[in-house]
Amino acid sequence: MLAAAGTPAAVRDWSRGERAAGRALWSRIAEAGVFALAVPEAYEGLGPRPVELAVAFVELGRYAVPGPLVETVAAAAALSAPGPAAGRFLPGLASGESMATLAREGGYALDGDAATARLVLAADGLRLAPGHGPVRASLDPARRLTRLHPGGELLDPDPAADRALLWARLATAAQALGVGLALLDRTVGYVKQRVQFGVPIGSFQAVKHRLADAKIALEFARPLVLGAAVTMTPADVAAAKVSACEAAYTTARTALQLHGAIGYTAEYDLSLWLTKARALRTAWGDPDACRTEVLRDRA
Amino acid sequence: MPPEPLPSLETAEGFAAHRAWEAELASDGWSAVNWPRRYGGRECGLVRWLLFEEEYYTADAPGRVGQNGVSLLAPTLFAHGTEEQRARVLPAMARGETVWAQAWSEPEAGSDLASLRARAVRVPGGWRLSGQKTWSSRAAFADRAFGLFRSDPEAAKPHQGLTYVMFDLRAKGVTVRPIGRLDGKPAFAELFLDEVFVPDEDVIGEPGQGWRIAMATAADERGLTLRSPGRFLASAERLHALWRARGAPQRARAQVADALIGARAYQLATYATASRFLGGERVGAEASLNKVFWSEYDIALHETALDLLGEEGEFAEEEWSQRYVFALAGPIYAGTNEIQRDIIAEHLLGLPRGRR
Repeated sequence: MLAAAGTPAAVRDWSRGERAAGRALWSRIAEAGVFALAVPEAYEGLGPRPVELAVAFVELGRYAVPGPLVETVAAAAALSAPGPAAGRFLPGLASGESMATLAREGGYALDGDAATARLVLAADGLRLAPGHGPVRASLDPARRLTRLHPGGELLDPDPAADRALLWARLATAAQALGVGLALLDRTVGYVKQRVQFGVPIGSFQAVKHRLADAKIALEFARPLVLGAAVTMTPADVAAAKVSACEAAYTTARTALQLHGAIGYTAEYDLSLWLTKARALRTAWGDPDACRTEVLRDRA
Repeated sequence: MPPEPLPSLETAEGFAAHRAWEAELASDGWSAVNWPRRYGGRECGLVRWLLFEEEYYTADAPGRVGQNGVSLLAPTLFAHGTEEQRARVLPAMARGETVWAQAWSEPEAGSDLASLRARAVRVPGGWRLSGQKTWSSRAAFADRAFGLFRSDPEAAKPHQGLTYVMFDLRAKGVTVRPIGRLDGKPAFAELFLDEVFVPDEDVIGEPGQGWRIAMATAADERGLTLRSPGRFLASAERLHALWRARGAPQRARAQVADALIGARAYQLATYATASRFLGGERVGAEASLNKVFWSEYDIALHETALDLLGEEGEFAEEEWSQRYVFALAGPIYAGTNEIQRDIIAEHLLGLPRGRR
């Protein structure tokens, strides 16, 4: 489904604020049940199922799907306590009819202009933002950032903020792993066919060893991501986030180096994964914040 | 657990103490829990075996002097040996009565086993071995050794015509010369073989098929059997405790967190590999991922510890320093990490063979 969707074209449209292709893709992902995995059965979902969600997000990363995917999952997690807000928003999120974004107060929200539900984790609870400010481009063309306006309707004075962060981190880690796997696959394909000095550059040991290191990093991040989805402890999820994002970022650097100038070319699709690897590293807890979480659990 | 920590098994004194420990473990089947009972094991399945290893190292129980035999020769005998060989070799190995050294490396052949030159010449009833082996771990104190010898110098390709044999380190014609190691331990040795007779019953598998048999053993060495996740979980916990004891300095925070994360990654990756085994899959080139990961991890962890210790980290008798120097060997033995990266690139990523 994702392979046939031509996500690079959808990403380029999305970066210009043209959302038809992105929304069509969103509907198909929702029909496959991906968002429903984060929504309890009582609200027309299939969840909560973090393991299945992590597996799905690896694929969303692998195909560089645009949109507030992680934020919609995080919003569903924040709204998961039974109550009027849950009944009002969760069925729409599960079905893909609505698209949510979620920000911490004072932070940036992803795709605040595209989302139909703009939620803020404020000091006094979960609020529905009354609007958003100007849109700023990310170095990843699939990501557009805005500040949400303060105030707005108070949906829940005691939302599951920690749970929202946990789900956001897990989904981001899985997405980053998928980004890294895609970068590795594409680069392996490229170095097999790119000829220099009369032979494929993939036969050079310097090239092989960089790709072997990328493979090792990704293969040891994978069990952390899936293991964290099983335990859902803050330390395991944080460890998965550090590991997957660092592996994806290392792979991105390797991918760019081994592609050379073609990899530095914006119209060449590789760039969509290269820049996403960097952006996801910071999103929902940078490496330092996640390492702090790993150590906090053992204090 | 022994009441007192045992002296290092890389010394003559420690070797004797470890033999006694091995015998005590074996008295109730704990020295090779995954083996059949008739050879001295407990017939544990993979999961119980992994759990035992984790608990063993978490308890900081002694390193295993029988390791070369138990984790390298024994799997080879299970896969390629005869019933007579298994019955003769394995129970004594489990009890630490016969300690085995690996005799693979030669002065001109390290990870490149295809360029081995030590010879095995056919004689009535067996073979005569001649040549030199070197950097044989624990050969200074071990009883017997196993290795590859060139039995057919005319073979079409260099990795053909090799034969896998077991031989006695005290046999006539064997000279063992200890080599001092970087960590100050004398257990390393080079072996000079001069017309050493080996009976046919000590040849494993078909003569000339040694390469294929050894490759299976090498995958075991790099894969599940050599490094239990328990070791790294225990090391990471020790590092974390050291960091706390030193006031949890900011400068080492990221490295300590990464040590904890790495140990968890290795543990979960091992579980994933075990699941694949249980599902009937074999692990081949994937073992190379493990080998590079744990060897680099081990060095990084111990570098962090030495940084935390400051001046004290320089003292040779400091336990962290000793473990650090031991870790330095990791990327070299069991096939250098350069060779492992070539295997990963060629066998797992499908890249073409080419310039080394």
